Amino acid sequence: MIEIDKVSKSFEQKKGTSYQALDEVSFTIKQGEFVSLLGPSGCGKSTLLNLIAGFEKAYDGTIRVNGEPVKGPGAGKVVVFQEHGLFPWLNVLDNVAFGLKQQGVPKKERHARALEGIKSVHLSKFIDRYPHELSGGMKQRVAIARALVMEPDILLMDEPFAALDEQTRYILQKDLEDIWLRTRKTVLFITHNIREAVLLSDRVLVMSTQPGRIKKEFAIQAARPHQAGDPLIHHYENKIMETLSEELEKVVREEMGHDYRIAKNAVPDLPDRNLGIGI
Amino acid sequence: MRRTLFLIFLIVIWELGYRIFDWGWKFPSPLQTLEAFYDGFANGHLFGSIVASMRRLLISFVISIVLGTGLGFLFARFRFFDETFGFLVVALQTVPSIAWLPFAIIWFGLNDTSVVFITTIGATWTMSMASRTGIVQISKIHLRAAQMMGTGNGLKMFYQVMLPAAFPHLITGVRVAWAFAWRALTAGELIGRGLGLGQTLQDSRDIGDTATILCVVIIIAVIGTISDHFCFKRLEDGIMVRFGLHAAKK
Ligand SMILES: Nc1ncnc2c1ncn2[C@@H]1O[C@H](COP(=O)(O)OP(=O)(O)OP(=O)(O)O)[C@@H](O)[C@H]1O
Ligand SMILES: [Mg+2]
Repeated sequence: MIEIDKVSKSFEQKKGTSYQALDEVSFTIKQGEFVSLLGPSGCGKSTLLNLIAGFEKAYDGTIRVNGEPVKGPGAGKVVVFQEHGLFPWLNVLDNVAFGLKQQGVPKKERHARALEGIKSVHLSKFIDRYPHELSGGMKQRVAIARALVMEPDILLMDEPFAALDEQTRYILQKDLEDIWLRTRKTVLFITHNIREAVLLSDRVLVMSTQPGRIKKEFAIQAARPHQAGDPLIHHYENKIMETLSEELEKVVREEMGHDYRIAKNAVPDLPDRNLGIGI
Repeated sequence: MRRTLFLIFLIVIWELGYRIFDWGWKFPSPLQTLEAFYDGFANGHLFGSIVASMRRLLISFVISIVLGTGLGFLFARFRFFDETFGFLVVALQTVPSIAWLPFAIIWFGLNDTSVVFITTIGATWTMSMASRTGIVQISKIHLRAAQMMGTGNGLKMFYQVMLPAAFPHLITGVRVAWAFAWRALTAGELIGRGLGLGQTLQDSRDIGDTATILCVVIIIAVIGTISDHFCFKRLEDGIMVRFGLHAAKK
């Protein structure tokens, strides 16, 4: 369970000014719930995730994980970073086994478990490779394996599939869903892809920007596993798209001056369009 | 191959020059040098000098690598330490280590300790600067990834993440430190007593044995090149490849 209560965070800037990235954000993620966070680029999603992960301590408000205030990184929380963050000096196997090594799991067992994890992201052929010998998508998959292998209570994922091609993304979404259905971990999942968010989540939180706040919350009340063809799913996608477009318009307006408006059909209502760097 | 031919060519010219101009004892001929080599090794003096010098060098080198890496770590981690002692080290780095020899002699006497002392000083500062840079430049995401996987912030973090992450810088530091140590050692030994390459240089000067002087110079050059080329450069290249930095360098 993750409880976030009135969390604000600002960054010091050079000339003594400060930039408020998060403004009184509050929400709760229940035990075993899969929650996605959507929002324009720069709205503070990664910032929020880093606070929950325990990487930064300077913020206002309280964050509790399983009832305990967050003291630091680790302790059952595992992060998949926006940029993979693999260690270049270790090969795939040792990268994935690194967390287990810290837990003192003996070599044989941790290699066996790491192998298992690597298999689940379909990279068994590459266990001897070093990160720089892998493609971007492969690195991200190793990072996912590295996180899952630690069998965390709480999985914090920051756009884990953003760098992947459509097929791999699809396979990994399925895998993640399977893993989640099997283990019922608590998941906070950041993405730019509306379809991905709706397909995977129990709840989707849409953030507004400057400063970052929770703008709207959508509970996805469709039968599991969520089907892309389900009209209900499609309905949610459109709703979220609308909410996000408003936000996007705000961002663009702020940048281009106040009389700028996005033409009504400039944002195609293809919900699975990856809003990537665009928003 | 080209290098070998060039060396042979150089030696032939040198021998010819010696015969034609006949410049006397102030610079030896190749034959005399070769003879000195042979004699030196046959009576064990040269070999003994090499061993003695290498021993001092290795002791100082190991001390300065450990000390330098440790200092660099402290500079990188503690702002206060960096702004105070770190600044001093930058200044100290500009002092040729031989400048400390008078102090060393006063403190330790004209012996091995003095030579080891200035050799260590010669290499430590560079090493600490390299290690500082290496550790400062470790990307935040690696530190965070490590913390999230439970390394904590102590020794485990240092050995398993910081050291390897800083390795490309460290190894460059080691290479430069080795070169600095070599220079400081030879300079120190010129004045120090006992057995060693520098002492041999000095002793040979006293008796005007230029052939042996040249021998020692050649030995120093050869050891320096071999160690750099076959040890440190290999190591550096290996690490660059491992980190995927090699392509970027070319
Ligand atoms: N260390 C920092 N110092 C100053 N400002 C920062 C820092 N980290 C983030 N910010 C600012 O905080 C805001 C939120 O950043 P954050 O990385 O959380 O965005 P995001 O929602 O994850 O964006 P994206 O979807 O592009 O990843 C941005 O405007 C960014 O400029
Ligand atoms: Mg982000």
